[in-house]
Amino acid sequence: MSPMKEITQSSRKRIGKRQTELLAELCNALSVSGDEQEVREIVLREVKPFCQQVEVDAMGNVLATRIGSGQDKVQVMIAAHMDEVGFMLTQDDGDGIFGFSIVGGIDERQLVGKPVIVGREHVPGVIGAKAIHLTTPEERKTALKLEQLRIDLGPDGSGLAKVGDRAGFATRFSEIGPSIRAKALDNRLGVFNLIELLRSAPENIDLLAAFTVQEEVGLRGARVAAYHFNPQIGIAVDSTPANDLPLYDEDGENTRYNTRLDRGPAIYLMDGATIADRRLAEWLMKTAEDEGIPYQIRQPNPGGTDAGAIHKTRAGVPSISVSVPQRYCHTAAGLIRKSDWEDTLRLLSAALSRLNSKILTPLEA
Amino acid sequence: MTKTQSKNLRDEALLALIRKLVETPGPSGQEGLIRAAVLEEIKAHVDEVRTDALGNLIARVGTKQAGGLRVMISAHIDEIGLMVTHVDANGFARFIAIGGVSPLTCIGGRVLFMNGARGVIGCERLEPNSAPTLEKLFIDTGALSREDCPVSVGDVCGFERPFLDLGAHLVAKSMDDRVSAAVAIQALRALKKTPHEVYFVFSVQEEVGLRGATTAAYGVNPDVGLAVDVTRTGDTPRTVKMEVALDKGPAIKVRDSSFIADPRVVNWMVAAAKAAKLPYQLEVLEAGGTDGRAIQLAHAGVPAGCLSIPCRYIHSPSEMVSYADVENAVKLLVQLLSEEIKLD
Repeated sequence: MSPMKEITQSSRKRIGKRQTELLAELCNALSVSGDEQEVREIVLREVKPFCQQVEVDAMGNVLATRIGSGQDKVQVMIAAHMDEVGFMLTQDDGDGIFGFSIVGGIDERQLVGKPVIVGREHVPGVIGAKAIHLTTPEERKTALKLEQLRIDLGPDGSGLAKVGDRAGFATRFSEIGPSIRAKALDNRLGVFNLIELLRSAPENIDLLAAFTVQEEVGLRGARVAAYHFNPQIGIAVDSTPANDLPLYDEDGENTRYNTRLDRGPAIYLMDGATIADRRLAEWLMKTAEDEGIPYQIRQPNPGGTDAGAIHKTRAGVPSISVSVPQRYCHTAAGLIRKSDWEDTLRLLSAALSRLNSKILTPLEA
Repeated sequence: MTKTQSKNLRDEALLALIRKLVETPGPSGQEGLIRAAVLEEIKAHVDEVRTDALGNLIARVGTKQAGGLRVMISAHIDEIGLMVTHVDANGFARFIAIGGVSPLTCIGGRVLFMNGARGVIGCERLEPNSAPTLEKLFIDTGALSREDCPVSVGDVCGFERPFLDLGAHLVAKSMDDRVSAAVAIQALRALKKTPHEVYFVFSVQEEVGLRGATTAAYGVNPDVGLAVDVTRTGDTPRTVKMEVALDKGPAIKVRDSSFIADPRVVNWMVAAAKAAKLPYQLEVLEAGGTDGRAIQLAHAGVPAGCLSIPCRYIHSPSEMVSYADVENAVKLLVQLLSEEIKLD
């Protein structure tokens, strides 16, 4: 990239104090699959001023439409899921002690010793375990199973929580130099990015924004949202694991990183739920190259995004996903680079503004 | 057909069609070439043809007459393949499967990339008595370094193996499901008169989860539907028990692990086979699924079944079918579509 390159719209700085504060508010909210109310309220507050139509559907998806004014507009659905992985209280042992189950995918070895918050009031608690003083070397060889763990809210907790309440990690959003550490970056980054795209949507598209529910338990919200919107193109904006640390335990090259930090937005070609439409992949990569925005191809791997539900809707929707790479996804604290976040937003914004229906030129029969 | 049956009793056009289809590369999501090949074979014989948003080729033959139905016939044109996940510093490409690929049948195999590059599949040193996993395998394109490698992350390849004509039996890498596409094409051409509006769907992305047929069935919205696909057999040494065998006729699916065929559709198919004096077998498949499931679950539900071509060594580079079964499958499909359909 030439240092003399003109400042185009896409290369302007997009992440400042306002943006970071909103992302912090989104990450600190608790929004476990099936109870997305807290994030939904933030989304509604943010998007109402600049959308012609905003509704909450039967499942709780926020469906926000910003109509463009150009000729030959393309109907683009962009989905960002509002839910996060977490817990549900399943058993009341009395004295503020609760058994719980996992909602979505969390490695149960990650749970011991983590501070948590419970319910809409964010009642503080902890997933406790026997102190090391009292354990044997033999005990310490195996990870504790979910059935052996409890959420402890203290003796007053019994009145503050009940079976069926959701819980999540208590981690508070923080900036660490060029990075951000927070819970639920998967997928508050997507939610934030979609809010920003709505705010500055170009006139050549009708932006059909779906802030979806229940993605982490099987892309459920996106399925009905896509049915409702019946779009020409579908895009899921999400966050995907970066397993890019050096291999500590063996020699050789790390060949299974999924994505890497500092290399820009991750464009999908295939995951467990979707084979991306190659026309859309070309469009995103060409945009990135023309605008001098770094990007990476997410390693084709299992996993899935809302695109998996969107592309199979009705008679089919060409679809793709774009994610911000994140270390330690689905744990108490993920880590991202602000530059990757910003470049993801720049790429999506630039790509949308150059979108026209020619991209959907019928597939060569 | 018996072992001694002469090769010259066979339909050379059908054989040429099968050869053309099985040798055209087209892993799931990369069906452009095979779609074009199919279109070329059918365009002179159809009333209407289109490609939908996911790439399904949908061709209509006939219009609905009195007593006719809208019928969907679905044969998938994608095949299993591989996608590159990483090219290492020495130019070796790591990969992930597209569809159900066994590591055992990969080793020593040759692959052809959609960009024209070729390669062979090698394996890391294995622990004694351990089976390989896909993570242990890599593609060697002959490259000397990452920079020199003709493929990169996201590039797709299929297995490369020529068509083999053994007389009574035919062998190829993608009989699943190109042999069914050939059956559908032959039936489409042979169908002179039908009371039905028949939609022949050459579906995409079946091997990754019936995705093409899902959207095609929504778009076609049929009254009744059939998948045409291969099914496994129980006629090889010490294999899993299964009633179906090669050379005993096309199979009429009763059930597989993702689908229970509509019994009325099964009855209709059995009656058609009897009426045309064609051999047939009833199929219960313990594991597997076809486009039939996607058709059955479309809209408010569709009576659906599956016409199966018995096939040995499915998802290996050497899938084997019986020529006679293929020919009889064409005849059965023509018979099914030529008469009024009574579902009872």
